[in-house]
Amino acid sequence: MSKEYKFSDETLALAQRIIKRYPEGKQKSALLPLLHLAQMEFDGWLSAPAMDYVASLLKIQPIEVYEVASFYTMFNLKPAGKCLIEVCRTGPCWLLGAEDIVKHIEKKLNIKEGETTPDGMFTLKTVECLAACGTAPIIQVGETYHENMTCEKVDEMLNDYKSKGERKTHFDKKHVNANQH
Amino acid sequence: MGKQLLLEHVNVPGIEKLDVYRAHGGYKALEKALRMKPDALVEEVKKSGLRGRGGAGFPTGMKWSFLAKPEGVPRHLVCNADESEPGTFKDRYLMSHLPHLLVEGMIVSSFALGANTSYIYIRGELLYVYHILEKAIAEAYAAGLLGKNILGSGYDLDLYVQPGGGAYICGEETALIESLEGKRGNPRIKPPFPAVAGVWGRPTVVNNVETIAATVPIVNMGGEEYAKIGVGKSTGTKLISACGHINKPGVYEIELGLPVEEFLNSDQYCGGVKSGRKLKAVVAGGSSVPILPADLILTTAKGEPRLMSYESLADGGFQTGTMLGSGGFIVLDETASVVKNLWNFTRFYHHESCGQCSPCREGTGWMEKVLHRIVEGHGKPEDIDLLWDIQSKIDGKTICPLGDAASWPVASAIRHFRAEFEEYIKHPEKIKDVKHYYSVRNQTAPVA
Ligand SMILES: Cc1cc2nc3c(=O)[nH]c(=O)nc-3n(C[C@H](O)[C@H](O)[C@H](O)COP(=O)(O)O)c2cc1C
Ligand code: SF4
Ligand code: FES
Repeated sequence: MSKEYKFSDETLALAQRIIKRYPEGKQKSALLPLLHLAQMEFDGWLSAPAMDYVASLLKIQPIEVYEVASFYTMFNLKPAGKCLIEVCRTGPCWLLGAEDIVKHIEKKLNIKEGETTPDGMFTLKTVECLAACGTAPIIQVGETYHENMTCEKVDEMLNDYKSKGERKTHFDKKHVNANQH
Repeated sequence: MGKQLLLEHVNVPGIEKLDVYRAHGGYKALEKALRMKPDALVEEVKKSGLRGRGGAGFPTGMKWSFLAKPEGVPRHLVCNADESEPGTFKDRYLMSHLPHLLVEGMIVSSFALGANTSYIYIRGELLYVYHILEKAIAEAYAAGLLGKNILGSGYDLDLYVQPGGGAYICGEETALIESLEGKRGNPRIKPPFPAVAGVWGRPTVVNNVETIAATVPIVNMGGEEYAKIGVGKSTGTKLISACGHINKPGVYEIELGLPVEEFLNSDQYCGGVKSGRKLKAVVAGGSSVPILPADLILTTAKGEPRLMSYESLADGGFQTGTMLGSGGFIVLDETASVVKNLWNFTRFYHHESCGQCSPCREGTGWMEKVLHRIVEGHGKPEDIDLLWDIQSKIDGKTICPLGDAASWPVASAIRHFRAEFEEYIKHPEKIKDVKHYYSVRNQTAPVA
């Protein structure tokens, strides 16, 4: 089954507005924002054809996209669950119990860090400091920061995402039409 | 509570909206600035004594005066909103609550520097804040505060936000520039400095969010008045992100020169060590700065009270002092293990090394491995000297300061807490008993 990699009209219009934010001939600068849009459009990860499509929008070589996508931690180069659960593991969060949170999620979802649940709903990932250490421990899902987490709050959070069943991406679709300048 | 120059209106409902921000004196600094000459603005910032709030503390006015101005070449202001230094969360707080303060600061600063296109580079994880900024920027365009002929002054400015993709190294200014150009975040060899060849080879100033926001009160009150706040060469106010084992974590705006003891124990600020436990150590300026034991953070080696200022925190050099850094104030109480915390930090630096320089790429990996084996109860007596040796071969020998930032925590932990390393190595069983963090299950209700 081959899938067509093409942004929706609205997303394409946003991508084009973003490209115009950089000087003539410097359109490659729009690469990171466009990769976020691609991840939003193409099921939460960047396959090779998805990256090739971004390369074509920017008129650059696919390798220029691959080498960038593989450098940054937010770009998933393999499929991820609908909700990517990103638990901060760095010093301040860890001092306040991030390790317990990770263990709790592993047990609850019966997966290890880095794995996806068989139903494709959740992927568990640990990440570095999310700049919210004052309300540690922190979990990020899509654009949402879950603060002051406890195991009870984790249970609630997981049930909530599961019952909604929606895909959550860092660039949330609801913003596509927002930025018009 | 000292003077609140940045956060004064942070709790006003709706302050993220343009009309509310304006009703509370917003964009007055811009109106004033546009009536001044750009060079006079640079002078005001010089007079204010403002120093970069991103970590290095370099005088902002001086940095601005280094900006090359070749005829016919556009120059750029780039705001560093990549905030990822562990323990630091002030820029996120400022941007999400007071987006117009940053936007106003960007317009004022861009005008002073003669930039007509400016960028805010925000870390990708903060896309929700990206949207808050986009909204504020759209409001500013609609009100004629951005775009062509701003407030009838003849000055044009376009302001854009760009998200990163998740990489601590992109906070380093030349890596940030590479990333803004759509590349991997590999720091550049300097010189040339960004002031001469930055984004797309054009003269560029990179400044931290808080630095740029501070230009607003500086223009409003005048550089000289601003310089009267604070102590010595540490002028003005500073946002401190306080976290770890304290009763009241959060972002606090302090007047520089506040005694550390007061900051830590006063109910206006941290509210003391959590659950009445004893203070063990503090990492005062974000994970990269040297850790200090309780006695040395509260008083200098000479026995003077330690102050929250660039000079006082650095008093004694790295032997007995530390740095103000980004203002990420991480508190460890007596239940914390300095060695385990260090292993966690070292894992962070290893993970975030861009890999260009072997001392950093390999050295951070070796340090993580050695620390991990100590933490797992397999440490060897010679490991402490081995760690010391590795860190000394990274410090100062790399392209960018991430290498230094990885070595300082190791050196300072060994310097001040050698006995803890020795104990873990001699009695591996002890490390198993360490209740090194608050179990979440037993955590008391969190403080908002
Ligand atoms: C590894 C590394 C990470 C950094 N991260 C940040 C950051 O997140 N935010 C920031 O403002 N400065 C950061 N800096 C400092 C910047 O390189 C630069 O000095 C700063 O943005 C200059 O702005 P200022 O003079 O206003 O402080 C970092 C430096 C290094 C070496
Ligand atoms: S010191 Fe580390 S992060 Fe900096 S350029 Fe070298 S390898 Fe990259
Ligand atoms: S350590 Fe988790 S948000 Fe900073």
